[in-house]
Amino acid sequence: MKKDKKPKVLWLQAITCNGNTHSFLSANNNRMRLFLNSFDLIYHPSLTTDITIKEIIEKKINFDFLLVEGAISSNKEFFSISGYSPYEMLNILVKRTKYLIAVGSCASYGGLHAKFEQNSDIQGIGDSLSAENLYILKHPVVNLTGCPAHPEWIIQTLFSLKDYGKMALDEKGRPKELYYGLAHHGCTRNEYFEWKVEVKHFGLKEGCLFYEQGCRGPMTHSNCNKILWNDVSTKTRAGMPCIGCTEFDFPRENMLETKKNIGIPNEVPLEVSKRAYLSLTGVAKTFKIGRLNKKLID
Amino acid sequence: MSTKEEKKNNIIENSLKLFSKNGFYNTTIPDIAKSMKMSVGNMYNYFKSKEELAKYAIKYSTNILAKELKTINQMNISSKEKIYLFTEKYLENVKKSPEVIEYFLRVYLSNREVFAKGCEGFLCVSEFVTEVMILLDEGASNKEFRQQDFFPAFAVIMGALGGFAFLSGEKVLEKDIMEYSDEVAENIYRALKYEEG
Repeated sequence: MKKDKKPKVLWLQAITCNGNTHSFLSANNNRMRLFLNSFDLIYHPSLTTDITIKEIIEKKINFDFLLVEGAISSNKEFFSISGYSPYEMLNILVKRTKYLIAVGSCASYGGLHAKFEQNSDIQGIGDSLSAENLYILKHPVVNLTGCPAHPEWIIQTLFSLKDYGKMALDEKGRPKELYYGLAHHGCTRNEYFEWKVEVKHFGLKEGCLFYEQGCRGPMTHSNCNKILWNDVSTKTRAGMPCIGCTEFDFPRENMLETKKNIGIPNEVPLEVSKRAYLSLTGVAKTFKIGRLNKKLID
Repeated sequence: MSTKEEKKNNIIENSLKLFSKNGFYNTTIPDIAKSMKMSVGNMYNYFKSKEELAKYAIKYSTNILAKELKTINQMNISSKEKIYLFTEKYLENVKKSPEVIEYFLRVYLSNREVFAKGCEGFLCVSEFVTEVMILLDEGASNKEFRQQDFFPAFAVIMGALGGFAFLSGEKVLEKDIMEYSDEVAENIYRALKYEEG
C-alpha cells in the first residue's frame, strides 16, 4: 500500500493527563499494526514524527482525522501549545480535517478539568468550536467518552469512518455501536446483582459493587465488560466499581459511594421504576443462596 | 376478579376473624368451613391446607394497607401529611376491621413457624414494605426526614402503629381510637423528621 494513500491522522493534545495516549498505545499488537498499516499518523506529541504541529499549521497541511485528547480553553495563561491556546489551535485545525473525534471525557465534555474553579471556560470540543466552524465539518463531532477511551473504540471508530464515511451517534454524540449497552452487560457480577448480594470490600471477586461502593454499571453506557481492557479485565471484574466515566456527568462527587435515603439507593437502574425495583429487591434479598455467599475458589 | 378469587377472599376474611379471635392453632378448617356454611371437602378446593390459607391471609391483609399507602404515596402532599394520613387510615382499619390488623400481630408475628417456608423475610408482605420504603425514601430525599438506617425508621412507623392496634385490641384506650390519630402521627413524624445540623 502506498503511504500517501493512507488517511492522515493528527493527534492533538489539549489540557490532558496523557491518559488517552497511554490507553491508545496499549492497544494489542495486532490492532496497533493494523492501524499503522492503514493510517498515516502524521503527528502525535508523544511520538517522533516528521513534522511539528507548528509546521502543519504554517504549511496549511490537510488531513483526514483530527483526534483531540484533553479539554479546551481559550485562556493562554493556563495552557498554550506553540503560542496558541487550545481553542485557537482547534479552530485552525478543524478547517483542515474531514472528521473530528474527541478522545476521552475531557475532550468530549471538559471532564475533570471543567471542574477547575479558577478557569471557567474549560469545555469539550463540541462547545469549543467557533460559530463559523460549527457547521464546517461534514460529519458531526464523534465523542469517544471514557477516562480513558478504550484503544479499541478509537481504532474501530477510525476504521468505520474510513470505510463507511459515517457512524450513527447517540444524543450525546457517542457512536451507538460502541455505547448502546451498559457496563452492566457482560459484568461477571450480574448474578450477585440479581440476588442482591453485596461485596464486602474492594478487590473481591464476590458480590455486587452497586449498593455499597457506588458502582454505576447499570447506569453507564459503555461496553467495558464486552470489549475488555488489555483483552483481559475490567474495573468491575477486578473488584473496583464502575465510576461512570463514559457519562456526561463524569467525574461526579463521592464516586465510590452509593447515595442512599434511609438505606434505600437514591438511584435505581435506568428506566426501572423505583417501586418495582424496591419490590423486587425486597423479595430477592429473602433468598439465601449458599453458592453466592461464599468464596468462588475456596 | 374471578368467582373463585372472590370466594377465596371471602374464606380469608372469615378465617382472619376466627384466627385473630381464637388463635391459629385453635381454629380448624372445619371451624372455617362451618362459618362459611361450606363443606370441609369444598374448602380444600380453595386451600390445600391451613398453612397455605395462613400465607394467603397475610398477603391479603397487608395488601389492604399497601394499597392505601400507595394511594397516599402518589398524592402531591408533604411527607409529614402522608404520615398523618396513613396513621389515620391505619387506625380506621383497626377500628373497622380489627381482625385484619390483629391477624398480623397475633398470628403472623407469634406463629413464625407457620410462615417459615414460603413467607421468608419480606416475601409475603413485600408490597407493603415497598410502600414504606417509598415513603421514607421520598421524605429523606426532599429533606423532610433525616438520614438513618432503614430498619430503625421502619420500626418507628410499624412499632407505633402496631403497638396502638394492640392497645385497642386489649380495650384499654380511654377515648375512641381515632382521637389519638394526630398524636400518634406526630410521634412518628418527630422520630423521623430532619433537623438542621
